[in-house]
Amino acid sequence: MYAQMVTSEGKAPGEDLSPEEQAFQDRIDAGERIEPRDWMPEGYRKTLVRQIGQHAHSEIVGQLPEGNWITRAPTLERKAILIAKVQDEAGHGLYLYSAAETLGVSRDELLEKLHTGRMKYSSIFNYPTLNWADIGAVGWLVDGAAIMNQVPLQRTSYGPYARAMVRICKEESFHQRQGYSIMMKMAQGTAAQKAMAQDALDRFWYPSLMMFGPSDAESVHSAQNMAWKIKINTNDELRQKFVDQTVPQAEFLGLTVPDETLAWNDEKGGYDFAEPDWEEFFEVLRGNGPCNEERLGARVAAWEEGAWFRDGLSAYADKAEARRNAQVAAE
Amino acid sequence: MALDEELQADPLFAGQSGAAFEWLCRIGDSTLILGHRVSEWCGHAPVLEEDIALANTALDLIGHTQMWLGLAAEVEGQGRSADDLAYRRDAMAFRNIKLVELPKGDMGLTVMRGFLFDAFHFELLTRLTASKSPRVAEIAAKALKEVSYHLERSSDLVVRLGDGSAESHRRMQAALDHLWPYCGEMFWGDAVDDAMDAADIAPHPAELRDAWDAAVQDVLGEATLQRPETRLDVHLGGKTGRHTEHLGYVLAEMQFLPRAYPDASW
Amino acid sequence: MKKQWPLWEIFIRGQHGMNHRHVGSLHAPDAEMAINHARDVYTRRKEGVSIWAVRSTDITASAPSEKGPLFDPAETKVYRHPTFFDIPDDVGHM
Repeated sequence: MYAQMVTSEGKAPGEDLSPEEQAFQDRIDAGERIEPRDWMPEGYRKTLVRQIGQHAHSEIVGQLPEGNWITRAPTLERKAILIAKVQDEAGHGLYLYSAAETLGVSRDELLEKLHTGRMKYSSIFNYPTLNWADIGAVGWLVDGAAIMNQVPLQRTSYGPYARAMVRICKEESFHQRQGYSIMMKMAQGTAAQKAMAQDALDRFWYPSLMMFGPSDAESVHSAQNMAWKIKINTNDELRQKFVDQTVPQAEFLGLTVPDETLAWNDEKGGYDFAEPDWEEFFEVLRGNGPCNEERLGARVAAWEEGAWFRDGLSAYADKAEARRNAQVAAE
Repeated sequence: MALDEELQADPLFAGQSGAAFEWLCRIGDSTLILGHRVSEWCGHAPVLEEDIALANTALDLIGHTQMWLGLAAEVEGQGRSADDLAYRRDAMAFRNIKLVELPKGDMGLTVMRGFLFDAFHFELLTRLTASKSPRVAEIAAKALKEVSYHLERSSDLVVRLGDGSAESHRRMQAALDHLWPYCGEMFWGDAVDDAMDAADIAPHPAELRDAWDAAVQDVLGEATLQRPETRLDVHLGGKTGRHTEHLGYVLAEMQFLPRAYPDASW
Repeated sequence: MKKQWPLWEIFIRGQHGMNHRHVGSLHAPDAEMAINHARDVYTRRKEGVSIWAVRSTDITASAPSEKGPLFDPAETKVYRHPTFFDIPDDVGHM
């Protein structure tokens, strides 16, 4: 997902909880929200920083593949919609960094870790947007997959994270729809447009399935994170739900999901489908995806080339404060 | 009032529609190209808060473009739309001022250009709210609310960066020096403007100069920036379709899809 | 790393709201810019008519462990709530 494979800092299974830890777990089990000044196990805090940070990084790196088409959007209205959407992603990044900051880590520290490769962002944003239908596919599939994960996270145990998710989900409702509306136009358009739409689905299908991360049914990290309610569903549950929801939508568009094994399974009440290539997934995480270098490079450049701007405004604020203080002293 | 009567009552649709079309394209093309340049920052701004603010400005300008070019297309009466005008004209048919087509540069250039244009844009729209053309007055009133905020924000940033660090001061002065010779085009006018002025649709651009000078003088003073000694009107021509080399690239990028797939609808 | 812009808590009163509500936080070099940023960040969908910005470090929060002593007494003062009182329907709207 936007936060993939978050390593948990919890205790190993079977290890005893201290009375404090037990009381903490009881609160979570009772459905209480944990707030910034509440006592929390260090592992819970660290894991959350990692997860929320990764989620925030994904939002701001996620601006780039779609931003790539802002200057080439084919109508004024599509251009405006796309700017608004990419802007929302910046906003979502901002909300999430704010949530992480309540855990005692600053936004600048998190960015520093992103820029130096010590923190990750979602693998999906290392894939290129090559034709206009990709902008449709990103909204439809990538935002669709993200929503699968983000809706349950509105119930996550950490208050500021849950509140950020509520706000994000509210704003995201238009994102997937605008993506699908582009796909409809393309799929029902000229032969060339239809070919772009199919090409986009062909390239984004498996990377979208990868967004949920590898199967974690057996993962201890996953179990701890679920006990803490910072992860709500298993990766497989969400992936299944995503496929079941998306396949009929693809059929409606008259597009073919690039999976010959795809078939409805009556018994489980869902589709059987092919796993994505997990080798490729790990390669992308390792930095060998098609766009890793460009994406991180663009973020680092924006930060470094913007340093004088941020510092200039800080310098003015300091001077203005000094002037105000001098005036007060003189009176 | 029936639509026909309403149109006849609006001087925009009476007689001089050739001039009205030209004049509307001059505004609409300028907001379009500036909006395009500002939108290039999406995802690349120095800090998230600024990224979001710049996107708001770009969105406002694209919105104004839809209104101005939409009206231009109506006045022209050839069945074209705002999108047709934006995506199917070549550079020589574009009527934006050259100032807005220059590459986005660093944030200093973007902020300074925004300010120099906003100060003009604000004066123009303020005057247009009193236009004899109800259609023009209506668009101006809507746009003015947003442009008032653009001007407030860009003035504030010019002051802060001009009077900020040595580095930010240097960059702002460099941006000002670079952009200054392009500013005169905002106040340049020809027969098109005379016609608009005579019909009380719009003031002659030269009339906006004093208010702009005063606003710019105030802000530059507070920003501790030097008003350049160079001529203001070195680079003219955009309003009559003689552009810099940059515009062709903007259009090549912006118009690629509708040009490559002329039969498609998006 | 250079100096980071301080964090501000943003409170917004919406079109139909009577009170300012906390909506989130952001970074800005000073109060005036915090207000501008808040307008751009938190009122993109016309959510607000008035904005307050407060330095996060200037906020004093109650300690979570005092939750009981601070808030529990109110639970026994149910008479503070209008629904505590039965008013006959004949009296009309009150």
